[in-house]
Amino acid sequence: MHEFSITESMLSLALEKANEAKAGRITRINLVVGELSGIVSECVQFYFDAISKNTIAGGAELVFETKPTTVRCHKCNNVFTPGDHNWACPECHETGIDIISGRECYMESIEVE
Amino acid sequence: MSVKVITVGEDILGANEEKAKANKSRLDSHGVLTINIMSSPGAGKTSLILSSIKSLKEKARMAVIEGDVASSVDADKINEMGIPVVQINTAGGCHLDANMVESALNGLPLKETDLLFIENVGNLICPNAFTLGEDKRVMISSMPEGDDKPYKYPAMFADSDVVLLNKIDLQPYLDFNVDSFMKSVTGLNPDVILFPVSCKNGEGMEAWLNWLESAVKGKKKK
Repeated sequence: MHEFSITESMLSLALEKANEAKAGRITRINLVVGELSGIVSECVQFYFDAISKNTIAGGAELVFETKPTTVRCHKCNNVFTPGDHNWACPECHETGIDIISGRECYMESIEVE
Repeated sequence: MSVKVITVGEDILGANEEKAKANKSRLDSHGVLTINIMSSPGAGKTSLILSSIKSLKEKARMAVIEGDVASSVDADKINEMGIPVVQINTAGGCHLDANMVESALNGLPLKETDLLFIENVGNLICPNAFTLGEDKRVMISSMPEGDDKPYKYPAMFADSDVVLLNKIDLQPYLDFNVDSFMKSVTGLNPDVILFPVSCKNGEGMEAWLNWLESAVKGKKKK
């Protein structure tokens, strides 16, 4: 269900930017979404099609760039993608990490006419 | 007609962040320590709030915002203790957002409040993505859920200031590896404060209450 509120925020941000640019129509919205953000792109598209219908974003294509989860080991600074149940560093086996990507949830750009 | 690309580069939840900042300044101006309590359904959010209210009733003026998909069962329990409470029903929504909290704050006596508990909707997936205006994020993970939850819901554990491991009274009946749980939580979040507790028999609660009391005092001094 959180995709609905995310879609609402995303649509209003896109409309705001398009209005500022005095655009007539939004044709494409480029989004960057991290694996850890818990956002299902198919859900966003489904809600978007429904709520954008009567706006200048109606029919716009949503393009999702998915960022994988990457973490950095506290001990040896090794950057790696964790396994399902194993977030220990494959180099030094330390468990302390910082999440460096995977949380993204932003709008990179919109394409307008 | 020619296509033009407009660079945006903005967080999709930016509007929520802005509203959350406004909530935070409003709460700060009254010196209210605000705690956002998150967990899966049934981990013990309401039990923790009720037992904290019971212990701190003489020491702090408290209020509660209850977030639930439906019903006012939890708010009724808090109301019975004589504590101001506002129920938010999200009507299917899986998290609270800053807008809902803004409306709820209008129904609370903020001038006469030292400590505000916000009980989020029971869910481990997205509440951490929606800031509400809180000072601290407190997450409850309960033993029956299993020791593997940190790596299943990493963002939730990584974003919390405090993690309470609840229902430790059930340990004799469960295959829960405490060391492995603690190691994965501190691995994801080295600054986290961990409290193993049982809201049922009170074990470990003193450490949590001491932390909470000093956080309330710290906020008042500001």
